Amino acid sequence: MAAVFSPRANVIVAVAMLGAVGAVVGLCLWWFAWPRSDYVRHVGWAIQQPVPFSHQHHVAGLGIDCRFCHSSVERSAQASLPPTFTCMTCHSRIWTNAALLAPVRDSLTEDRPIAWARVTDVPDYVYFNHSIHVSKGVGCGSCHGNVARMPLTFKAKTLTMQFCLDCHRNPGPNLRPLAHVYDMDWHPDHATPSPADLMRAYHIGGRNLTECSLCHR
Amino acid sequence: MSAPAVIAAGETAQSVTERICAVTLREGARPWTPLWWWVAFAVSLGLLGMGVISVAWLFYAGLGIWGIDWPVAWGLDILNYVWWIAIASGGTFISALFFLLGVEWRTALNRLAESLTLCAALCAAIFPILHLGRPWFFYWLFPYPNTMGLWAQFRSPLVWDFFAILTYVLASILFWYFGLLPDLATLRDRAGRPGQRVFYGVLALGFRGSGRQWRHYRAVYAVMAALMAPLVVSVHSIVGMDFAGSAATGWHSTQFPPFFVFGAALSGFAVVLVVVLPLRALLGLQAYVTARHIDVLGRLFLTSSLCVAYAYLMDAFSTFYGSDPAERTMFVLRVFGLYAPVYWGTIVLNILLPQLLWWRAARMTAPLVWLIGLGVLVGMWLERFQIIVTSLARTQMLSAWGQYTPTIWEWSLLFGTIGLFLTTFLLIVRLMPVVAMAEMRAMLRGGVG
Repeated sequence: MAAVFSPRANVIVAVAMLGAVGAVVGLCLWWFAWPRSDYVRHVGWAIQQPVPFSHQHHVAGLGIDCRFCHSSVERSAQASLPPTFTCMTCHSRIWTNAALLAPVRDSLTEDRPIAWARVTDVPDYVYFNHSIHVSKGVGCGSCHGNVARMPLTFKAKTLTMQFCLDCHRNPGPNLRPLAHVYDMDWHPDHATPSPADLMRAYHIGGRNLTECSLCHR
Repeated sequence: MSAPAVIAAGETAQSVTERICAVTLREGARPWTPLWWWVAFAVSLGLLGMGVISVAWLFYAGLGIWGIDWPVAWGLDILNYVWWIAIASGGTFISALFFLLGVEWRTALNRLAESLTLCAALCAAIFPILHLGRPWFFYWLFPYPNTMGLWAQFRSPLVWDFFAILTYVLASILFWYFGLLPDLATLRDRAGRPGQRVFYGVLALGFRGSGRQWRHYRAVYAVMAALMAPLVVSVHSIVGMDFAGSAATGWHSTQFPPFFVFGAALSGFAVVLVVVLPLRALLGLQAYVTARHIDVLGRLFLTSSLCVAYAYLMDAFSTFYGSDPAERTMFVLRVFGLYAPVYWGTIVLNILLPQLLWWRAARMTAPLVWLIGLGVLVGMWLERFQIIVTSLARTQMLSAWGQYTPTIWEWSLLFGTIGLFLTTFLLIVRLMPVVAMAEMRAMLRGGVG
């Protein structure tokens, strides 16, 4: 009987096995890297909005405080989006005929809120509370990035569960004095209290901040 | 009285090889697959199809189609898992443990026993996934660097259960396949039809039987056997720990890990007997699986039954030696309450009936041994029902007592996995050499496989 396999069969099997190993390794690497990619996390994507609102112009240029529009951030779980009246504080007097602002004027005349598209959306099973974070010295920029430098608003951080836990496991380095919570350009300097001092000042450390039910209720 | 021979007189290396190859390659007088195989395969496929429907409906509709609820949140799913993984142990005990002990009666049985292990472990492995509320997240048990910044809970026995099962299944597959290599090479060289030569040729992975290959083969096989033997103990200890690690009544006991190893040995030997007895007649293997094998299996079977009896006794003893009233109440209800038939069924099938095997005449009566083996398989299933369901149904708080009635979807899944078990096993029996020819030849030459 003639041989079923030619000498080439050995090479084919060896290559196939190496290929299988390579495929498994590649799959593992892809599994690791893909969920972390900016593409999947929508990091850096400016979302289409009814009005191309510029935080850069309003915050950095005009010096409007975050809380002027996101007025419930210190008292509520939601930072909240401003009612059209807030926009009209100024825009009833300036740029009153600008075509870009037509949706804002329509909103006022039709008594219908502007339908902003969410930039930062955590899943519904996550109970994030803005007020506790800003009152314990977590700056807006720690999660939202430097919004004052965004002509169009985009998501700046991955906001994965790992992102949350990295801070909840060791909050100290991400805390700042209360006076600088809304300061987009703040950086720690030699005058900044140490992380341990800030933790003490805010009474953080008594409770386990990584309990499941803290965020998943 | 001297023990019967481990192989019929007059058998040679050549006659063994020719006989086994003829069975696998369908050569000789009857070159077709026998009718009994087709009938059994059709029945198995029918059962498997039912299981597939059951799983499909489960994935579509969710766990609500099962009878589990509070307080009995573990039902037939975990029960079947424990049952199957215990059944899988038989092959490993025979194949790995008795390889290390160098006993000669292991040689004719190990291939069939390992195949049983493989098929049963496969059935067991699907239940931990099916019992999850969100089965598509099963890989969360595996510690991998995820975006949640979380690792598996290493303090939980459930995680170690996952590792143990995964290791056990993979090691069983490798051990089985590696042991097959020389036989696959023999089949490749003897096969007449081109399709068979390619099929066995590819599977043989270029094993040619050179001295160098045999030297490596024997070393690796011995190392694998040395790994498998402790694995079978660890995997069942971990299964026991899944229960003992919880504070539920009837579970929180330090004897659970060895208890589960005993139970595994009992059901493992039972399934080997139940399958080998009819198969040796159907395949004409009486020359290789002799009265000696059946006798030894019967003795092992009886020994493990006594071990299990000891565990049952200690279970009762520690309950009443301890001071927890909830444990005592649960135990009394287990023995006399709603589920009492399950308890007494366990005692009769696992402990009382196997005592017949003290008599040599009983061990030599194949139909009787077969029935006792089948009884133990049922009895071990009842034992797990007793451990899982009665414990959960009678928790510490009276207000949290409940009941559990399995639904048709749980039963169909159980019989579906029996279909999966039989289908895979029948395929192995049909396509692979049912006796390890290379080891038989080595034994006939006087060496140890």
